[in-house]
Amino acid sequence: MTARSEALIDKAGAPARRGIYLDFQATTPCDPRVVEAMLPFFNEKFGNPHSVQHAYGWDAETAVERARGEIAALIGAEAREIVFTSGATESNNLAIKGVARFHRERRPHVVTCATEHKCVLESVRRLESEGHRVTLLGVRGNGLIDLDELAAAITEDTALVSIMAVNNEIGVIQPLAEIGALCRARGVHFHSDAAQAVGKIPIDVEAMQIDLLSISGHKIYGPMGIGALYVRRRPRVRLEPLFDGGGQERGLRSGTVPTPLSVGLGRACAIAAEEMTSEAERLWALHRRLYDGLRARLQELRLNGDAERRIPGNLNLSFGGVDGEALIKSIPEIAVSSGSACTSASVEPSYVLRALGLSDAEARASMRIGLGRTTTAEQVDAATAAIVAAVTRLRGEGSGAARGGGG
Amino acid sequence: MSEFVYLDYNATAPLRPEAAAAIARALEVTGNPSSVHRFGRAARRIVEDAREAVAALVGAAPGGVIFTSGGTEANNLALAGCGRRRLLVSAGEHDSVLQAAPDAVRVPLTAAGTVDLAALEALLGEAAGDALVSVQLANNETGVIQPIAAVADCARRHGVLVHCDAVQAAGRIPVELGALGADLLSLSAHKIGGPQGVGALILAGDLELAPLLRGGGQERRRRAGTENVAGIAGFAAAARAAARDLPRQAALAALRDRLEAGVRGLAPEAVVLGAESPRLANTSCIAVAGLSAETQVMALDLAGVAVSSGAACSSGKVAPSRVLAAMGVDPALADAAIRVSLGWASEPSDIDHFLDAWGSLYSGSAAARPRGSAPAPRPEAMQGFSNGVSTDS
Repeated sequence: MTARSEALIDKAGAPARRGIYLDFQATTPCDPRVVEAMLPFFNEKFGNPHSVQHAYGWDAETAVERARGEIAALIGAEAREIVFTSGATESNNLAIKGVARFHRERRPHVVTCATEHKCVLESVRRLESEGHRVTLLGVRGNGLIDLDELAAAITEDTALVSIMAVNNEIGVIQPLAEIGALCRARGVHFHSDAAQAVGKIPIDVEAMQIDLLSISGHKIYGPMGIGALYVRRRPRVRLEPLFDGGGQERGLRSGTVPTPLSVGLGRACAIAAEEMTSEAERLWALHRRLYDGLRARLQELRLNGDAERRIPGNLNLSFGGVDGEALIKSIPEIAVSSGSACTSASVEPSYVLRALGLSDAEARASMRIGLGRTTTAEQVDAATAAIVAAVTRLRGEGSGAARGGGG
Repeated sequence: MSEFVYLDYNATAPLRPEAAAAIARALEVTGNPSSVHRFGRAARRIVEDAREAVAALVGAAPGGVIFTSGGTEANNLALAGCGRRRLLVSAGEHDSVLQAAPDAVRVPLTAAGTVDLAALEALLGEAAGDALVSVQLANNETGVIQPIAAVADCARRHGVLVHCDAVQAAGRIPVELGALGADLLSLSAHKIGGPQGVGALILAGDLELAPLLRGGGQERRRRAGTENVAGIAGFAAAARAAARDLPRQAALAALRDRLEAGVRGLAPEAVVLGAESPRLANTSCIAVAGLSAETQVMALDLAGVAVSSGAACSSGKVAPSRVLAAMGVDPALADAAIRVSLGWASEPSDIDHFLDAWGSLYSGSAAARPRGSAPAPRPEAMQGFSNGVSTDS
């Protein structure tokens, strides 16, 4: 183990000083191997990749193109189908608004789902205010969409179906290949927000017939501030850019491509491609260890979202009779969340859990745990013990929900 | 960097060591700034400290700073989000302004490269209210500094908002948002020695801004997306260093002047474009009629000196300079213009290297060029060419 990977475990691990980080759906630590790959491009290899007239620019361009290839390889795409963005929020905004606006005259209809990430929902809300028609699909109790409902929602004026690959709160995997086949058969573009899926489960844009796919750097042990949008070339997907300017990224996304960050995202994808299978196995074992440990010692524990069709490492749990916020506050040494980080300031109960059919009270009794690359069995055991103790205490106090937690 | 000389700071600047250190530190922090737990709060602290440093660089309030993915996004957000129906842009703006507002009214430049204030006054009179005018603080190709305070005075009389793209100016001249009178100001980190992939749009007042990126409630609902924590930390470190180094600009101007004098010593017919206007200390746009910019840039690159012709942004394509055309520079002369831009790590020896390399290419090309376009000085044109723009007028 290198000094750097020890540092990584320390920053995301070391229970004594920093607490245990179990919020890998909010963000992941930047892998030391990614940092190492980026460093030369922060330092001696700086250059604007669009400066085509001197060696500094050429080195930067070569590195960016190599990274593009690494990203493409992870999802079965061609390098030239990858557009660099500032992150998944921008990728989703670009894909959804870009495709819908391009087709606004003849196909103003967009279909998405109630459990999508906020940036997808806010994008379609914006489209609605511009005159587009939006259909918001519900989900079943397990968090998965109903394919018949999707088939019925698609009409002749539908331009785009946007369904996320993996939900950020409950970790369920949508039936991507079935959705892709349906969309292709009906001549509709299929976009998938895969920020929580890429690098964790195999994604193949050909086999799944995905036309646009959003990727985030900081959810896959890459840096923040970088993401990508896959845009299919054959059959060609056309979209309007969000930013205009120098015409970088084939005119789809103007702005200097940040060389170090794109190199970091490329490396993160290459590592994920290599380690995904073994890491998934390891995470499943930790996942079961945590879930079984809690179930053995706590009553009224409920796993939100389908138990099988989910990514390893994500556990969204409801603890009957316990307020989720109070529980989280009472275990300050364990970093977990009550839902999406992007809406964590919100006092509203999770709209994702509400869409599964949970009551407000049930939704408020929930907590999201995310395990990841640096999580150890010792950390899982410590978290299990802390959660069991806190839930037991809060239940003993009667109404934990009303009183709030200590710490 | 001993064998290579980098003189293309207006395209991108090498990362300052302070910024590199801040990025390395921030990359060791795990946490989403929106998360409420201690890991999230640690990341949030980095972002909010940085907001203060970036605000301080331009004399703004931290609450007015919206972090973006760079100058291009900041410019696009300003124009699309300001809520004004009519847009006016100067003809010398960066592509991220011109392309983002293709239907905007173009405010002409004078031959000296500054925005034509009389024309602006007339156009603002027609636009009246419900409009925004976008004028950069300093030009990326010539370094010419625009009279933003005068632009803002004029705009205010007509009830028009002012956006100022300060991407090239920040850290090179003192910038006080209040004194400028601009309502919105764009910054880019990598032009001041910070990292690529981060910038900011800064609001002077309580302007309502419609977001371009929608989603989570980050940046006070004005720009969704998880903050680029390490990038923002690097931006702040670069902003602090750039503010500290502002007094060094005089030394940079001396280097730039030596470079220009050196070129003129070798080629008396050389023209420095925009030289009669107030300019950034770091930028020199030099042309020698008949000596193509392409030839110069390639030859200089072979000699280990990086400069550029025109802006570096047009993805792989070298287009004729719109800025020089707007100044009324003869197209043949514009095709011969190279941009030499200095920055925080530039040293006197860089100028020596440049002059050696440029001198060789100049004398080499003089022999190769056909008679008639040879660079031999034409006595009657020398005076007009020596320090000005064009003698066409």
